[in-house]
Amino acid sequence: MARQIGDVILDLKNISLRFGGVKALTDISFDVREHEIRAIIGPNGAGKSSMLNVINGVYRPQEGEIIFRGEHRRNMDTHAAAEAGFARTFQNIALFKGMTVLDNLMAGRNLKMKSNFLQHALWWGPAKREELAHRRKVEEVIDFLDIEHIRKTPVGRLPYGLQKRVELARALAAEPQILLLDEPMAGMNVEEKQDMCRFILDVNDQLGTTIVLIEHDMGVVMDISDRVVVLDYGKKIGDGVPDDVKNNPEVIAAYLGTQH
Amino acid sequence: MQFFFEVLIGGLLSGIMYSLVALGFVLIFKASGVLNFAQGAMVYFAALSVVGCMEKGAPLWLALILAFAIMTLLGIATEKFVLRKMVNQTPIALFMATIGLSFFIEGLAPMLWGNEVRPLDIGIVDEPIPYILDSYNMVVSSFDLFAAGVAVALVAGLALFFQYTRVGRALRAVADDHQAALSIGIPLQHIWALVWAVAGFVALVAGMLWGSRNGVQYALTFTALKALPVLILGGFTSVPGAIVGGLIIGASEKLAEIYIPPVLAEVFGGNFGGIENWFPYVLALLFLLVRPEGLFGERHIDRV
Amino acid sequence: MFYRETGQFKTSYAADQQIFPIRQDRIGVVLLLIAAFVVMPLAASNYWFNAILIPFLIFSLAAIGLNILTGYAGQLSLGSAAFMAVGAYAAYNFQVRVEGMPILVSFMLAGLTSAGVGILFGLPSLRIKGFYLAVATLAAQFFIVWCLTKFPYLSNNSSSGVISVPGIEILGIKFDAPQERYLLVLAIVALLALVAKNMVRSTTGRAWMAVRDMDVAAEVIGIRLMRTKLLAFAISSFYCGVAGALYAFCYLGSVEPDGFSLDLSFKILFMIIVGGVGSILGSFLGAAFILLLPIFLDIFLPWLSALLQLPFDGATVSHIQLMVFGALIMFFLIVEPHGLARLWQIGKEKLRLWPFPH
Repeated sequence: MARQIGDVILDLKNISLRFGGVKALTDISFDVREHEIRAIIGPNGAGKSSMLNVINGVYRPQEGEIIFRGEHRRNMDTHAAAEAGFARTFQNIALFKGMTVLDNLMAGRNLKMKSNFLQHALWWGPAKREELAHRRKVEEVIDFLDIEHIRKTPVGRLPYGLQKRVELARALAAEPQILLLDEPMAGMNVEEKQDMCRFILDVNDQLGTTIVLIEHDMGVVMDISDRVVVLDYGKKIGDGVPDDVKNNPEVIAAYLGTQH
Repeated sequence: MQFFFEVLIGGLLSGIMYSLVALGFVLIFKASGVLNFAQGAMVYFAALSVVGCMEKGAPLWLALILAFAIMTLLGIATEKFVLRKMVNQTPIALFMATIGLSFFIEGLAPMLWGNEVRPLDIGIVDEPIPYILDSYNMVVSSFDLFAAGVAVALVAGLALFFQYTRVGRALRAVADDHQAALSIGIPLQHIWALVWAVAGFVALVAGMLWGSRNGVQYALTFTALKALPVLILGGFTSVPGAIVGGLIIGASEKLAEIYIPPVLAEVFGGNFGGIENWFPYVLALLFLLVRPEGLFGERHIDRV
Repeated sequence: MFYRETGQFKTSYAADQQIFPIRQDRIGVVLLLIAAFVVMPLAASNYWFNAILIPFLIFSLAAIGLNILTGYAGQLSLGSAAFMAVGAYAAYNFQVRVEGMPILVSFMLAGLTSAGVGILFGLPSLRIKGFYLAVATLAAQFFIVWCLTKFPYLSNNSSSGVISVPGIEILGIKFDAPQERYLLVLAIVALLALVAKNMVRSTTGRAWMAVRDMDVAAEVIGIRLMRTKLLAFAISSFYCGVAGALYAFCYLGSVEPDGFSLDLSFKILFMIIVGGVGSILGSFLGAAFILLLPIFLDIFLPWLSALLQLPFDGATVSHIQLMVFGALIMFFLIVEPHGLARLWQIGKEKLRLWPFPH
């Protein structure tokens, strides 16, 4: 199935974010189109993670505007973002370590569950039906990402590479419209990276999920992303298809140092 | 008005005594991230050791040295047998372990030295200072003033120790970042044992002052409960916070004790004494709701 | 040999999500329930009911309450005894002040009252975390006990807040004898334990654990922190409140506010540390352990002192008890932070494979 890149669904306008006197992001604008893979790159400390945090409301920018599906907002709020269909992974894995893989994924679907705690308490009627229906959905994700064998293992006991995969699974369990991935391949070996790349492409291709991705591995970024935005010291220095960005002198300067 | 000031000054001075206990908490928390609930038990243990040694015939100075040695041993043992084995656990687990330690010490101390209440005389009388009584007609205890002096000296001494000695620098490095300190060759475990010894010394000082005022008894362990609201007010990592927090808690507690129960009695009828058990906590809590980072803390940004 | 799941295939998610997915476990639980409901009432002596079984069940309930808040939702509380006090006094007031109030309704209302107070003292958790919150729960501990002592209305104007509860009667049947009280407590505790288990294995429990393990991530997947934490405070206090009501009505008969001291709170905390933080089963195991330990020491220490020819007086025995308690807590936290429940689980896993090593 050939995916069709659609219209702009997420538009960030003139975002500025400060922590006290430190400017993390200065006047950044870019957009994300439906079904595309959009990469954010830049040297360490460029503000990439801050950017993701702004998109799903963990941080609130002092200036700027976020337009999602035509809805204008001054800032996002984590809960509203989750309800609107944002899901994400984190740079330093933020799984629920004491819970099993299955529970992590079920928790990922919490917004889709409507029964209340009294129904849970009695494990009765709607609560039980709902639990089983969602279990089925979660098993599909487990199947998709090939993690059947660790279903009932507490996440804290899994090796790093698998934890990264489970975190992706938890995000997918929510059936997101936009997936925000913060360095999904950091610290992986070549084989694990290839697997992860495959998963990301499959998600994008088969489920049509829009993906915003932060990654340091240039090879990967240039291969899989449709468009790339480049940040440096909290400012946007490049934006476009991979080939354009690769040849942008400012980007080359940021990565390789300036020629004097 | 005069009465008000008398209560205020009395409160400030007894607040210093709370600060002394809080100081022990802060030292250990700064260096190892452990909230040491056993600090109160340590105050009890230290004071009891001094009294115990003196009963065995040692003069005060020797008893102090012996008690300090015992506290140091306790610190080393705690580090070796408890903290070192819990390096990968959560701060809350460590805190619960110190509750266990607290029980252990509360059993051990009277096993060694007996559990009857004993007086402790360090040669300072707890009487109004005649000069202030004559000229301002206010009761200010010479003992309280002495305690305040000791506290100031202790804080100054600790500040100099941290600032100018090699060990002090190492301690500050450890407080800043365990991993980094370890990587430049600071022996973490020695430092932790050392900081427990220093906290033991602070407990000893607090134990002497509290013990000579109220008698050396089990109730000394409750000093920890007095220090905790001071800590939430001043922050767990701030030495000035412990001092200022102690002053605020001490003063407001004494004022509240005088002025609130009559109001309650007016409204509801009956006797409303004993509010000093909860008043500091509620005060600290209300303060936290307004300023979650405490008096001197910095606003924390969650990084994800 | 007997403990195998060979041949037990799960053909539906419902079967896989049972509380006891292994057949042998289900048989074991049925046997245990039969023992508790049928054998015990016939076999046990009054001493067993009054000194061991009834307090064990009541403390298990309180430990479940604390475990929900601390073990599942990750909010350390040092004030569980105060919420028990709220329950005890609330139940007493409903009984004394409302004519013809059924006792079970009083217990229920006691739990709800306690839940309300729990929400009130849980409010700070929205702004403060960790140690700050733990210290804040001490405010509840001291303030509530003080209120119960100082406001005569709360204890129906009895002196210094001591209350003596009326007898228990349900549908005309009196629950006076120890085994009758035992059965009543057992029924309530078994029901509430099942309810707790259901909550922690569903969305509610997953939200609690998510907040415990990583609150930022929990927020990002759409869990509302405020609602989740306050619900944990409410449910936890409900359990402690009902436990407190049972403590007064079915165990002691007469209680005073100072009986619900910080020491009692610590005792409940120790139960969940020893039993297993974040485990319903662990709450029972821990309660049993912490209750039986002093009884054991009372018997063992005099024997030891006779053996070693050392005179242990009463004070020494109580000091040794303190030391043993303290040492055990540290021991468990060091060696098995997940407590007896985890040991039980490891034992079962070993048994599944026995007699083969792998």
